[in-house]
Parts: sequence; C-alpha cells; structure tokens
Amino acid sequence: MICLEQVERVFQVGEETVYALRQVDLTVQPGEYVSIMGPSGSGKSTLLNILGLLDRPDNGVYRLEGIDTTELGERKQADIRRHKIGFIFQFFHLIPRLTAAENVELPLTLAGVAAGQRKARVAEALERLGLADRARHRPDQLSGGQRQRVAIARATIMQPAIILADEPTGNLDRASGNDVIETIEGLNRAGMTVVIVTHDPELGQRTGRQVRMLDGRIEDDRRRAP
Amino acid sequence: MKIDDTLGFAFRSLRGYPLRTGLMLLAMAIGVASVVLLTALGEGARRYVTQEFTSLGTHLLIVLPGRSETTGGPPPLLGETPRDLTLEDALALLRSSAVRRVAPVMVGSAPVTRDGLSRETVILGTTAAMAEVRNLSMAQGRFLPAGEASRAEAHCVLGHKLKTELFGNTSPLGRFVRIGERRFRVIGALAPKGQSLGVDISDVAIIPVASASALFNRVSLFRILVQARGRDAIPRAKKAVLDIIRERHDGEDDITVITQDAMLATFDRIFKTLTLAVAGIAAISLAVAGILIMNVMLVAVSQRTGEIGLLKALGAPGGQILRLFLSESAMLSLVGAALGLLLAGGGLLLAERFFPNFPMAAPGWALLAAVGVALASGLVFGVMPARRAARLDPVAALSRR
Repeated sequence: MICLEQVERVFQVGEETVYALRQVDLTVQPGEYVSIMGPSGSGKSTLLNILGLLDRPDNGVYRLEGIDTTELGERKQADIRRHKIGFIFQFFHLIPRLTAAENVELPLTLAGVAAGQRKARVAEALERLGLADRARHRPDQLSGGQRQRVAIARATIMQPAIILADEPTGNLDRASGNDVIETIEGLNRAGMTVVIVTHDPELGQRTGRQVRMLDGRIEDDRRRAP
Repeated sequence: MKIDDTLGFAFRSLRGYPLRTGLMLLAMAIGVASVVLLTALGEGARRYVTQEFTSLGTHLLIVLPGRSETTGGPPPLLGETPRDLTLEDALALLRSSAVRRVAPVMVGSAPVTRDGLSRETVILGTTAAMAEVRNLSMAQGRFLPAGEASRAEAHCVLGHKLKTELFGNTSPLGRFVRIGERRFRVIGALAPKGQSLGVDISDVAIIPVASASALFNRVSLFRILVQARGRDAIPRAKKAVLDIIRERHDGEDDITVITQDAMLATFDRIFKTLTLAVAGIAAISLAVAGILIMNVMLVAVSQRTGEIGLLKALGAPGGQILRLFLSESAMLSLVGAALGLLLAGGGLLLAERFFPNFPMAAPGWALLAAVGVALASGLVFGVMPARRAARLDPVAALSRR
C-alpha cells in the first residue's frame, strides 16, 4: 500500500544543510497499525508529511497503492489527500468559527458532495464517536478529548484508506488520550491503515509495528508478535 | 467544491470576524456612497442651472449695451458705452421677422412708499411683452397693458415679496403707492417665483418703461430681452439684432448679444465635465477601500494560515483556496456597495428634505459605475492575498498554531 524507496528530504537552514530524511525505505501493508517514534528532529514528522503528500521528497520514490505520487501535479495530489488520507493533528486544527458538525462536514463539502447527503453522513459519524449531542457546539465549547474526536470524525468521514496521526494525544490528558487512542484502534480494526507519530513510549508499545527513527534514518523496525 | 458551498464557506468566514468585516463594509459603503452622492450633487447643479435658465423664458436673446473687444471675455455689464441703447432701438428690433417679442428693461432703484411703509427696491421699467418673454405669472390683477410703449402711464405691478411687505394679505389692486416722487396705481401682483439667476424678481416694482425713463431721468436701457420666433430662428434673430442696431448706431457694433441656448449648452457641458471630475475624485475613495480590502485580506490570510493548511490537508487544491478568498473579497465589495447605495439613497432623501429646490439625483450610470468599480477593486485587490493563501506551504501552515 505505502511504499517508500530511498526517500530523501533536505532542508536548507541558513548556511547549513539539514537532512531530515536520508535514504528511507518503508513499506506499509494495508491494515497495518504503525507507530513512528524517535527524538525531536529525527525526521518523523517530515516522514509523516511526505506520507500525507503535504511535502515532496527531494529524492526517491513514494508509491501509494502502486501510483508514483512524486510525479503527480498539485491537483492530483490534493485529490489523493481528499479521498485516501485522513489527518489527525496534535492541535486538532478545527476551524473555530464552525460548529463540530460543520467541521466534520468540511471534507465532504470540499469534495462536492450534495448537501442532503452530507448532513446524514455527518450525523452518523458524530453518533459513532459519541458526539451527537455536541454537533452544534463550537470547538471552544468542547473539551480537548471531544475536540480530537471531532477531528477524528472529520478525518474518517471520507472513508480514507490511511489515517495519519501526528501526536494525537500530545495535547490531551491521560484519560481522554486513552479514549482517543481506543477510537483510533477501532478504526484500525475496521480495516484502516493507521500511522501514528508519537513521543509517548506507552502509546508506541500498543501498536503492531514500531518504527524508531534517529537522524533521519530508520533505526529500528519491529513487529510485535501477534 | 460546489459554488454555493464556496460562497457559503466564504460567507461564514466573514461572519466569523464581525469587526473586521464590518469595518471593511463601512469603507466600501462610504466609497460607493460618496461616488453616488457627489455625482448626484454635480448632476443636481447641472439641472439647477438648466432649470434656472429655462425659467428665464424660452428662445431668449439678451442684448447688452457696449461691446467687449476681446472675444471670450465677459460682457461689460456696467461698462462705459459709446452709445445708449434706447427704447427706440428696442422697438426697431421688431422689424425682423425672426423676432417675436421685445422687452426693453430699464433698471433703477427708488423707495416705494405706501402710507407709512417704505422700501428701497429695484424698479424695472419695461413693456407688456415682458410677461411673455420672462414667463411671469400673475397672482392678482394683470400685467402692464399692451399699448404705446412711449406713454408714461402711472401704474405698476408689484413683486410678490414687495406686495406682501407693503400690503400684507390685503389686495393691493387699485391702491396707490409712491415710487420716488410719483404716484402709481397698483394693477397687479406677481406670483411667487423666487430666485431667478440670482435676481430676486419678487422684490421689484414693474412700471412702464416710459415712466421709468421719466422717473430716473434717462433714456438708456439696462438691456433688451428679445424672444426669437423659435429655436431655429435664434441665429437669424441674433444677426438681425446686430444688423438693426448697427444701422441705427451709425455703423458701429456697440452691443453684445448673448443667446440663452448657447449659454445653456455651455453650462450643460461645464457641469457634465464637473460631475465626471467629481465622480472621478470619489472613485479614488473606492480605490482606497479596495486597498483596505487587500490589507485586511492579507492579515486574514496570515491569521488563518492554520485553516488554509488544514484545507490543503483535507484535499483542497490551491485553485479552490484562491476561489474561497476571492469570494470573500467579492462578497465584501458587493455587500459594501449595496450598503453604500442605501447610504447614498438616505443622503439623497435628506438632501431633498432640506433643499427641496435643488434637484439632486444620481444618474443611473453613476450607480452602475460605483457598484462596478467597487466589485472590480474588491476582486483586483483580493487577488494578491488569495494567491498568497493558495500558495502557502501546507506543512509550514499547519505547524503554526
């Protein structure tokens, strides 16, 4: 499903050249549950951004479901993001002036789904995440855990094949963090491929596969025995 | 993304920042309103002048004694004249077939007294033709009777204001007033007409020209008003007037003839140009509003980088984001323009209430132009911020919080 070959990403910071990723090879099978861990600056966020087509590698090939994405134009990449990838962010990135339901509806709106159909799907998604009674609340009227669940609803409303989560619990207390992780694991059980970037070793332990990064390289790639 | 969803999203983001949106709408509204109001003012001035000139009478030629030697200069209203313009000159003009009526005007100033009341007023000495030439209408009685112009009859017609001040609400007909040292019988009073090109014809006493000549002890006329037979006859009448007077004045061109239509056309042109110029100046305020929109949209883009990054992550291509931000500026300028039109409408209503005589009206082209320029400036100045938004790097945009 996800296949990175010899991917490099280089940033120019002042006079210095910083290698965020050096010759990274990574293959993720459909339905896998992967955590990417490592210290700050090890390149794990860059890797996630490249997986999510928000960033382009300077070298190497990224194939998603067999398509070489590095060749695609901006519109095509946007298409893939819209239909195949769901993002979950540490800081939720909900639009503050929109209600929970409207935030969840956004990907459908962008995809041009008819209004009537949108409402039904949003209501269903909110129901599934236990947010039905919060549909009309704005993000600032929700707790952190609720906000992240709204973000998850938004990430999954298009039924993407891949969920990319960047520190999804980094801004949450323990209880709601657990809640969110269980929700994400539920998605994985339903067949979505999940890639989580995290600092939290405890969260890392729960995933079926753990990728450890250091200085832009994959240092360690372990699968937990099922 | 569908068009109505794009508009809806843009609308909600405008509503999400009410203060900013309100200020931008205000700027746009003021710009549009000033364009409309200023053009209405210019147009009003044009109509006012046209109306004033028309109220002077139609197909009018004004004959002034004296001649300005340099072309284009103002006619000498009180300059020294080589030869007086006399009543005989005026009557001689009737010889021309192009001339329908001739009204000689002699002007002087004298106290008008009735019982103990006395007023120093303008005395017009003229003939019966004056009523038709100047479109005068009577409130009471009749105008000077037609007859021998050289007969110094002792009767007069009072302007509305003068009549009111001397007689109040009682009828002046058949009563006597004293003008200077002579007694005149009042035979009529003018209807209130108000200002006419700055001369208040309600504050005058009109007497036969021969009486005026005797009263002021002179023969020279202030001017002669000539009414041509029709619009086409005006040039012919002008030539005839010049010819006849030259013949009578020993071959000298010592008068000036102004045609009303030429004056009217000139004023019309001047005021149209003025209106355009004023509208142009007002359009600058619209451009300023456009720049304000650009400024505020730029701030909006940098405030909303997170949102833009998110939209990109959710699969909105750059073009979509461009359309979203352009819709916002278009909406701002349209709604602003609509508010501006309302504001201008209110202003016009107020102006009409306080200055009912001044016919202010915004011409249709000004409305269209104001809205068009508003929309154009909103879009033109909206492009830059929208492009900046569309080109934001999603990674950088999302990393800001």
